[in-house]
Amino acid sequence: MMEFLNFYLFPGILLGCIYALGAIGISLTFGILRFSNFAHGDTMVLGVYITLSFVWLTDLHPLVVMPLAMALTAFAMLGMDRAFFKPFRKSPPIMSVIASFGLMLMIRSAVQFFWGTQIQAMVKGIQPPLQWLQPLMLREKQLYILGGTVILMVAMHLLLTRTKIGKAMRAVSDNPDLAALTGINTERVVQATWILGASLAVAAGVFLALDTQVETNMGFKMLLPMFAAAILGGIGKPYGAVLGGMVIGIVEEVSAYPWIGTTPLLNPGYKAGVAFAIMVLMLIWRPQGLLRGRQF
Amino acid sequence: MSAPVLELDGLYAGYGETEILHDIHLRVDEGEIVVIVGPNGAGKSTAMKAVFGLLNITRGAVRLAGTEITGTPPEKVVGKGVAYVPQTANIFATLSVEENLEMGAYVSSENPAPRIEEIYQLFPPLREKRRQPAGSLSGGQRQMVAMGKALMLHPKILLLDEPTAGLSPKYRGEIFHIVRDINAAGSTILMVEQNAKQALGIAHRGYVLVDGQNRHEGTGQGLIADEEVARMFLGAGGHG
Repeated sequence: MMEFLNFYLFPGILLGCIYALGAIGISLTFGILRFSNFAHGDTMVLGVYITLSFVWLTDLHPLVVMPLAMALTAFAMLGMDRAFFKPFRKSPPIMSVIASFGLMLMIRSAVQFFWGTQIQAMVKGIQPPLQWLQPLMLREKQLYILGGTVILMVAMHLLLTRTKIGKAMRAVSDNPDLAALTGINTERVVQATWILGASLAVAAGVFLALDTQVETNMGFKMLLPMFAAAILGGIGKPYGAVLGGMVIGIVEEVSAYPWIGTTPLLNPGYKAGVAFAIMVLMLIWRPQGLLRGRQF
Repeated sequence: MSAPVLELDGLYAGYGETEILHDIHLRVDEGEIVVIVGPNGAGKSTAMKAVFGLLNITRGAVRLAGTEITGTPPEKVVGKGVAYVPQTANIFATLSVEENLEMGAYVSSENPAPRIEEIYQLFPPLREKRRQPAGSLSGGQRQMVAMGKALMLHPKILLLDEPTAGLSPKYRGEIFHIVRDINAAGSTILMVEQNAKQALGIAHRGYVLVDGQNRHEGTGQGLIADEEVARMFLGAGGHG
């Protein structure tokens, strides 16, 4: 039982938190700008490396400098939106999708150029599990990830339901034509979407880096599970993305548990395939997702 | 006499290359209900969309209280005091009733709460459903949300595109009643309607458009009494 909790369920929940935070941006971008943003994973990478640089410079804990990295990445995203997405605002969505592909490659190459391709550690040294939680094996950084995710989710919820710009984001996602007729400033909403999506992506990336390591292709590896999470939850539905992320994170880890006999049910090498399988099954049987999002 | 609240002056307009309106003249004075009727494809809704900057205007002018607003993008037209209720998809279905009303006041920086209270007085059924998603309401109540949302900023003129389309006769009467109440409370209204007889019945004046051109104009009662108009739309009754 403890083995299941410590080595399968908890890692699944942690991974789920990270997927959920990342998937929100993908879902929001699809809902409001109406295209699949393939650059999202590398926006995350950019934020992770900015955080890493601040850690080198200041020697502070990554979570302390993370808000600054979130702000800078969001700012960079606004610039990239102006350069690469705004010209295609009135064009068919495929234009923006292709632009996002190009942007994805550009960001990753820029990161590799400035920071190099070698694997880095966000925090040096090995952290032992916390004594007071024994026999549960949770590390301090993992508690930070759980706590940080909860705080960010609550903040996102308050933004979307209590603020004028948040309600306007939901309105544009619901019915863009009516939003324009109502006088909602769509460009402001678009900017808010980039800021929220990029900030949460940076948090997801930093959490992932804390739990594992920093590498330049971590964003690309995250792309598939994040898309799968967004589709599973219902595309355009931020709460669905959270649900989808948790489900995919947990299923990925728990599928390697030796449910039958003594060998893993699914070889851990096929973990990434789990997200893909869920995405394909969902698109076939319930393309609107768990929370009735938009259909492709 | 002061300038009309809204004036379309010799308007030629359409979608892209396709011209739908040819030399449309239309005037709405302060405090009036003006109804546009006409057969399908006559350009009734198009005329309304032209006011809102939603299509290509090739010639002519749209004036709001004497000021030209031809081709102004929709989000700016709202700020100038025009509110538009489209025929379909005229509410944010996933937002609550109250959030829909708040969005109606988006361009204003004032606290919308007092005005929302007034809207609830105008449409009492909305008050008890304020927290529900607007999409879960009945057709008539959705129409109330759409109108309430449009009235949030005390528009100089309210444009209604077939407010009774798809509603049962019972609701239809209710909507016309509401339109009259809104007008009595001081709003100027321009309305496109398929249910010509009922609509002209509450109108001060009406226009008949055919093939994107003015065919008749007159008082509401005058048009109902006009033989040609009667033959064209009023005989069959109901939709059409």
